[in-house]
Amino acid sequence: MRRFLLLFSVVFVGLVFLGRLFYLQVFSSDTYSILEDNAIRKVYDYPKRGYVYDRNGKLLVANQPSYDLMVIPREVQEIDSSDLREFCRLINISLEDYNVKLSSAYRYSPRLPSVFISHLSKEDYAVLQEKMRKYEGFYIQKRSLRSYQTTIGANVLGDIGEVNNRIIKNDPYYRLGDLIGKQGVELSYENTLRGQKGIKFIQKDRFNKNIGPYKDGIYDTLPVPGKDITITIDATLQEYGELLMSHKRGGIIAIEPGSGEILAMISAPSYDPNLLVGRDRSKNFTRLYRDSVAQPLFDRGLQAMYPPGSPFKTLNALIGLQEGVITTSDRFSCSMGYRYGNRKMGCHAHRSPANMNLGIYESCNSYFANVYRRIIDKYETPAEGMDVWSNHVKSFGLGNYLNNDLSVGQPGKVPSAATYNRAYGENRWSTTFTISNAIGQGEVLATPIQMANMAAAIGNRGFYYTPHIIKHIEGEEIPEQFTVRRNTTIDKEHFEPVVQGMFDVYNKGTAKYVQVPGIEICGKTGTAENFTRIDGERVQLTDHSIFVAFAPKDNPKIALAVFVENGYWGSRFAGRIASLMIEKYLHGTISRTDLEDWILTHSLEHEYQKPYSGEPFRINGETEFQVIDKIEVPQHLKHPKPAIE
Amino acid sequence: MNRQLDRSYRFDWPLILLYLVLVLFGWLNILSASHSGEISSYFDLTQPYGKQAVFIILAVVLIAITLSLEAKFYERFASIIYLLSILSLLGLFLFGKNVNGATSWYGFGSITIQPSEFAKFATGLAVAKYISDLETDLSTVKDQLRTIAIVLLPAVLILLQNDAGSTLVYGAFFFVLYREGIQQIYLIAILAIAMIGILTLKFGITITMVSLVILTIVVNLYLRKRKPPVIPSIVLLLISFVLSFGISFFYTSVLKPHQQDRISLWLRLEKDPDKIEQMKQTILYNLNESEKAISSGGLTGKGFLEGTRTTGKFVPEQHTDYIFSTVGEEWGFVGSALVVVLFVLLIARIVVLAESQKSQFSRVYGYCVASIFFVHFLINVGMVMGLIPTVGIPLPFFSYGGSALWGFTILLFVFIKLDSNKINEW
Repeated sequence: MRRFLLLFSVVFVGLVFLGRLFYLQVFSSDTYSILEDNAIRKVYDYPKRGYVYDRNGKLLVANQPSYDLMVIPREVQEIDSSDLREFCRLINISLEDYNVKLSSAYRYSPRLPSVFISHLSKEDYAVLQEKMRKYEGFYIQKRSLRSYQTTIGANVLGDIGEVNNRIIKNDPYYRLGDLIGKQGVELSYENTLRGQKGIKFIQKDRFNKNIGPYKDGIYDTLPVPGKDITITIDATLQEYGELLMSHKRGGIIAIEPGSGEILAMISAPSYDPNLLVGRDRSKNFTRLYRDSVAQPLFDRGLQAMYPPGSPFKTLNALIGLQEGVITTSDRFSCSMGYRYGNRKMGCHAHRSPANMNLGIYESCNSYFANVYRRIIDKYETPAEGMDVWSNHVKSFGLGNYLNNDLSVGQPGKVPSAATYNRAYGENRWSTTFTISNAIGQGEVLATPIQMANMAAAIGNRGFYYTPHIIKHIEGEEIPEQFTVRRNTTIDKEHFEPVVQGMFDVYNKGTAKYVQVPGIEICGKTGTAENFTRIDGERVQLTDHSIFVAFAPKDNPKIALAVFVENGYWGSRFAGRIASLMIEKYLHGTISRTDLEDWILTHSLEHEYQKPYSGEPFRINGETEFQVIDKIEVPQHLKHPKPAIE
Repeated sequence: MNRQLDRSYRFDWPLILLYLVLVLFGWLNILSASHSGEISSYFDLTQPYGKQAVFIILAVVLIAITLSLEAKFYERFASIIYLLSILSLLGLFLFGKNVNGATSWYGFGSITIQPSEFAKFATGLAVAKYISDLETDLSTVKDQLRTIAIVLLPAVLILLQNDAGSTLVYGAFFFVLYREGIQQIYLIAILAIAMIGILTLKFGITITMVSLVILTIVVNLYLRKRKPPVIPSIVLLLISFVLSFGISFFYTSVLKPHQQDRISLWLRLEKDPDKIEQMKQTILYNLNESEKAISSGGLTGKGFLEGTRTTGKFVPEQHTDYIFSTVGEEWGFVGSALVVVLFVLLIARIVVLAESQKSQFSRVYGYCVASIFFVHFLINVGMVMGLIPTVGIPLPFFSYGGSALWGFTILLFVFIKLDSNKINEW
């Protein structure tokens, strides 16, 4: 027994050690990854972010260097007081600030670099650079920021900002402090613009000091620069549109029907994209974000779902023809409205009875109520008719996401039988329950971009391309989904009478006062009732002014939708703006300066204040115009090169 | 000539082979743990690995000297060697050089010598000599005390030089005494004290005492004696109480805070996660880094000179006390398990050889050697893997350091010499 104590102990200890080793190295050990090894420092090399150009090659977004003053607190030497005062003066901070910043950097880490002053101006940097050697422990780090070459298109171009934790968790590419597109094309073309960052693996010791490249750099990679992109926006048209929309709220979307390229994408109110660059980014962003009244970050061209109003009537005319329930010469009488049961849908004074042409250009509610009823009632049950109607409407890109390359969007709404079955129960509703759909009110909702796309489809006589913003990527094809023709369910021959009707809107109808000489514009006015809630009570506001149009009549080069919130009737604000946009795009110069002057001297700010005034207010016809001093048109917008010769 | 050759063949070659493998593998790990990028020469004397290479060559010279001396020399001069060793330890109080708080070194220019590394071998010889004396009877308390005095003298001197780790090694001699016939009660007492100590620290005095009382009653009931040994039981319990109280007092009032922390971490007494996290950054830092390095090695390791944590010098003192973490990181489970097995084989081989000795002196000395290696192995590897509270002692043949290497080499080869001579002992 005595002989075995030591032997036994040795073997026992040996087995315990083997067990412990097994536990540490095999059982609880994760597979080794160089990226997770905290003995290896990963130094990232950020590539240049791609530039953004407009369709005519005008540079919109570039990069600019920015200089951060960094500090490694442990290495900071005592600076004598005159030098210290000079240093503080150079970087524009007080002596107390200096001490506060230094000690907070020290608390973060004495050994690791912290940002002392971010975004030094170029001038400060130049002066400071000369004197840097005097201040040990401080150094200047260069970063790249976006540089906007324009003050327009904030909603189009978007901005970049630091990644948040959620993104880091979902995408291992990003690390804390990396920049990522937050809105606009910066977001939707993030992967193209950012390139691929390079990585260097550096062996470090336990004091975090670098002691040379890991394995002589065999795992290191070089950065791949971001690609430049050209977007479909026409910067001149975009700027002009933003000018016209000043002091108004709403959106303008202009599309080239032959390609689906978005020519202009205006959301008002907007802001200067330069606000979201540099030292004041977060302050400015917070201010924009918190503005819950004007909502400048809300893209009204893409995200706002409005009742489409009268322009939607053109679709009902097309569906009626396609379904064979009406001909162009069928006439319906209208005596200031359409009666059904004991109810009435109002209309305005015009000639009666109306055929299709008159129905469109006078925008007769009664005419379209009849057309709509014939479409739905063609089938045995309203449910069946409703679904047929709904499919026709949806073929124009309404009622669902467009699946384009814009960072935001809304599906809009197109009702189907299911919608009403849910609301009323199966077989418990009839066509007249849904009669508002005839005139684009009711359950239909659409975003301006969907309306513009609808106008493009009508201008194309039956097809459209998904509206998109990418025109060209350096060394790459644009995605196939944007070059595929999407056909509507309406046959080509049914379009001519409708197009003619829209043409007559300008000739002799609701928009005859906003004609542009020399351009054959087809359009349709719209006026949409809308409501808000004030203290829980439903209150009607002044109607939205809506206009959709395309021009020229044959082979249209531009199709657009204009929504002006609370602008009252269609041609009052939206119609004028649409005409000006079309003339600007097609001719470059404006002949109807009277329209331009009117738009630039009329504001809707008073209108927007009403619901917040706390007092009773009047709407629509009982309102007064708010006339302001004319906003000057910048010289470069007056005589630009016409985009279309 | 022929006779000499015969004799040389009686050296235990497996043991010598184990020694060589351990020393060379140890040096490779020192190279890995101490190089800083470029390796210009393996004998670069500005670097630990270069120095260690020189130490190893000098160790070969020492081996030659050790083996060439007559086996009888060690038995005959054991007392004098012991005396010289004690003198060298005493001399430290006058001429010692202070390194990291311990006054354990003599400095000759850039060379330092640590006499405590040689004192183990000297004490082993002295203990063997005393026990093998025909007049010594280890079953008597007197001779037990004298033997213990021989062991304690160098141990106390080393403790006074503030090298608590090396002092603990002298506990190894218990295995020797036990083998040579001290009463069983000592083993039982040591185990009992260890148990009471751990119970007291982990659960407190009250719970320890209550459980001991219950244990006593159960044992008495189980024995079913007509007259239960009431008085001895009560005496034992009283002794236990005093022990428990004493250990508790020792822990709270005698130990320094950093020693308390080590024990409290080992016994998992600290429950506050913040405190533990803070400890990981301070006193637990070495252990934490060493465990991470070992764990990161995985099954097959990152490869020689490829350990990122080793190259980055994340584990402080890695080429000395924490050398085993280099093995763990670069050679993985396969390599570190091999090292454990090699040590077990080495120690077991020594024990087996010791048992086969015909002279008591050789046997006792062999036991001394085996026990000392065992305690070093147990404490060092156990500590590096976090099984034992942090105690700074080297891993034989692996850790960087000339004195330690030479001390262990002499310790082992004196036994090999004695073993080779057993044929002549009748």
